[in-house]
Amino acid sequence: MSMGAASQADAEFEGGPGLADQAVSGQAGGRGWLIAIMLTAALVLAPIGSLFFIALGPAEGVWHHLATTVLPRAVVTTAWLMLGVGVLTALIGVGTAWLVTMCRFPGRGFFDWALLVPLAVPTYIVAYAYVDILNYTGPVQSAIRAVFGFQTSRDYWFPEIRSLPGAIFVMSMVLYPYVYLTARATFLMQSACVLDVSRTLGAGPWRVFFRVALPMARPAIAVGVSLTLMECLNDIGAVEFFGVKTLTFSVYDTWLNRGSLPGAAQIACAMLIAVFALLWVERYGRRNQRFHHSSSRYRALPGYQLSPRRAAAAMIACALPVLLGFLAPSLLLADFASRRLEDLSNPAFMSAATNSLTLASIAAIITVGIGVLIAYGQRVRRSALLQAVARVAAIGYAVPGTILAVGILVPLAAFDNMVDGFARETFGFATGLLLTGSGAALVYAYATRFLAAASGSIEAGLAKVSPHLDMAARTLGRTSVKTLLQVDLPIIRPVLLSAALLVFVDCMKELPATILLRPFNFETLSTVVYAAASHEVFEDASLPALAIVLTGLIPVMLLARTSRATFRTRSSARQPLFET
Amino acid sequence: MLNFDRSGSLAAAARRLMATRALSASCLTLSLALAAGGLTGLSTAAKADGEVNIYSYRQPYLIQPMLDRFTQETGIRTNIVYASKGLGERIRAEGVNSPADVMLTVDIGRLERSKELDFAEVLDDETIKGNIPENFRDPDNRWFGLTGRARVVYASRERVAQENITYAELADPKWKGRICTRSGQHDYTIGLIASIIAHEGREKAKDWLTAVKENLARKPTGNDRAQVQAIYAGECDIALGNTYYMGKMLTNDKEPEQETWARSVKILFPNAEERGSHVNISGMVLTKHAPNRENAVKLMEFLTSDEAQGLYAEINFEYPLNPHVQPSDLVSSWGKLHPDSLPLIEIAKHRQEASELVDEVAFDDGPSS
Repeated sequence: MSMGAASQADAEFEGGPGLADQAVSGQAGGRGWLIAIMLTAALVLAPIGSLFFIALGPAEGVWHHLATTVLPRAVVTTAWLMLGVGVLTALIGVGTAWLVTMCRFPGRGFFDWALLVPLAVPTYIVAYAYVDILNYTGPVQSAIRAVFGFQTSRDYWFPEIRSLPGAIFVMSMVLYPYVYLTARATFLMQSACVLDVSRTLGAGPWRVFFRVALPMARPAIAVGVSLTLMECLNDIGAVEFFGVKTLTFSVYDTWLNRGSLPGAAQIACAMLIAVFALLWVERYGRRNQRFHHSSSRYRALPGYQLSPRRAAAAMIACALPVLLGFLAPSLLLADFASRRLEDLSNPAFMSAATNSLTLASIAAIITVGIGVLIAYGQRVRRSALLQAVARVAAIGYAVPGTILAVGILVPLAAFDNMVDGFARETFGFATGLLLTGSGAALVYAYATRFLAAASGSIEAGLAKVSPHLDMAARTLGRTSVKTLLQVDLPIIRPVLLSAALLVFVDCMKELPATILLRPFNFETLSTVVYAAASHEVFEDASLPALAIVLTGLIPVMLLARTSRATFRTRSSARQPLFET
Repeated sequence: MLNFDRSGSLAAAARRLMATRALSASCLTLSLALAAGGLTGLSTAAKADGEVNIYSYRQPYLIQPMLDRFTQETGIRTNIVYASKGLGERIRAEGVNSPADVMLTVDIGRLERSKELDFAEVLDDETIKGNIPENFRDPDNRWFGLTGRARVVYASRERVAQENITYAELADPKWKGRICTRSGQHDYTIGLIASIIAHEGREKAKDWLTAVKENLARKPTGNDRAQVQAIYAGECDIALGNTYYMGKMLTNDKEPEQETWARSVKILFPNAEERGSHVNISGMVLTKHAPNRENAVKLMEFLTSDEAQGLYAEINFEYPLNPHVQPSDLVSSWGKLHPDSLPLIEIAKHRQEASELVDEVAFDDGPSS
């Protein structure tokens, strides 16, 4: 998603998808790809389709109540939450990305990757952690009381973290890396020429930023912000704990307290349509704009040398998000965990960790595989349908997790029961449930849920590979599959890696689908955390929670490295490519 | 001509070949997914002898001690999936092939919902009927209660002198700015409000809820432990909560500060002199397509036995529903529970209304001033 967003922009012109498709497709191989693509599309769209199907059920009496009492307020609350998180993540993400890419100050190399680290902290964990840090008995308020000699909470005012502003703060602190990642990638790839031209024309750093760099980065920022907003919409853990009544909250109330799954699905579908409309408006708003560069010559950006005072300000600006989004919650977890180190040798902890790692790895590989299939399918066979499928599949991200999980469950179980019925009738034996309640169901759920995180970047990465290469390969007798495997994939390997790492991190954090669809006696790190947290003994889950954060940290750091490497290989690889 | 034809068929063959390859790519994806299932060793058929499969809305470690004892005594292994929502829908989707034998759950609403989702089997079992009193099981024997969870009032030892309280009294203006509670949409609160609707009717319940809302010290947030902490912190003087959290806090040796919070609070059993305190239950359901029905029934009988009920009382600080078993000493030390005698099924009928009332009076927005 990340890198892709950025490169999508200049891809539009460089290769020119239209040209690429004309060149590569129109030959044999089309039909095979079409079938493969249709299959994939069906798989990916099944959960959303089934969600709309569930929404068709009777929801008698639910809507009158919803419309008169809950929804007006829920819509307003959700809008404020999205606005708050959107603005805050955009400010932090774009601001820090500009600082680390364009300014020179001490610690820049460190912040370059450290700013990504909060991505590893799930929202439900950061929410629990902040309540513990900021409540009456937590370290902050205890210190205030000790310093000022207050006796009870009635003696002084302290902001309540369990509130809408609290939720905005907490979510922004762990979600801004999505924007940081996309903005940083764009700033890195912005041709130095454009910026140099602006500077020779007399624009100062601020003017270059606001008048040139920022408008040009708009598509990338839009992608990053839309991902954070979708995360914000589907979240239930943090908003429930904070008592912030969002639409997602109403979805769960309608389902669980008022017993209407169709009613809940209807709200969820309405949310999806709203998200889709929002994304469309953004795209429509820049329909006549082009964001690519007229030069393919890239060189290291010179950067602004900051005065000591400004350098200090830049360091603080970069340090704060890392401190608030990662360090503070991690330290709290580490404190709890230090009292429970004996759990480390607990076989249950070990197996949960193994399960998490195995599942996340397999899901990452498969999701990237599907992403490649969709992207390459588009290259071989230009199809508006395919593009639409990719777009629709991506908004599945915005559906409240458990509702999406039910949406996955229904077609999956129906398929299993169909196979079972067929086997019984034809061969006289029962197959039972093949996929439902197996690891495969989880992998399927992850792949559909996080396809959005992978497909964008792969699509964009592939679009940057010159179609001439494909043509050459095909002329030399390679089939379309061989061309993909032997030519295209090796070239975009860094992109594949970064897409896989993102999906991996997301899978490690995933909770609602994991908890509902998993097999018997099967725990992952996130389900262990959830079980403890739901029994109000979050402390007992500090070790697995810390493990999620730390395991997430490794790919995040790798990601930071590869995204830098990607840029380097791409810019240096460009010349030789055109010489072939 | 001939040549052209041949090349045409060659192209067709090539096209077919490529189609196969692209297909095999997607097959590879699918088989990888299947392998994922196999690899992690998960799709273990759940029909083997000597097993019973449990879908649970109760946290695993709350029920693990009882399950371990069961396995010890009968040799029957237990498999468990825990989730906080959606398991009913899962059983329904899985249909005749569902591996689930027994569903364990908290909250009367969820027990009743098992009937709506049509997966609750009738079980006419003398042992279970003998162990669990009539008002704690479904009249049609589709669900059975296991433990009671009293919704009581936590009160500050320092700032609240009285030793008795009623739910009605919470609406009294003398408590203005002094009450804390968790969200009105939480199962536990919904249950309590539904019981008030059942006793006094919708209108009176609405007035009551509105008045309680105005007495709140803060917006309803957090969990039951957080309410105890709020009393300790002086944010409020009384709070609604379930008894067993106090038990868990008083015995928490990892975070001894929780014990300090709990020591600042006493428990008042509401309406002790009148209709009794609201008690919600945890319970169990036998599924319609249980593959291990015999073992499931054994497990269900065991969970109602004196032995298992004793474990529930000692480890989880819940009220055993089996009348032969006493609550733990700690729980007994808080006083005697006099449970509301209105059948729970009557209360469950008003859950949806209760949930709507919470929205209507905007309970979760907290006091208006």
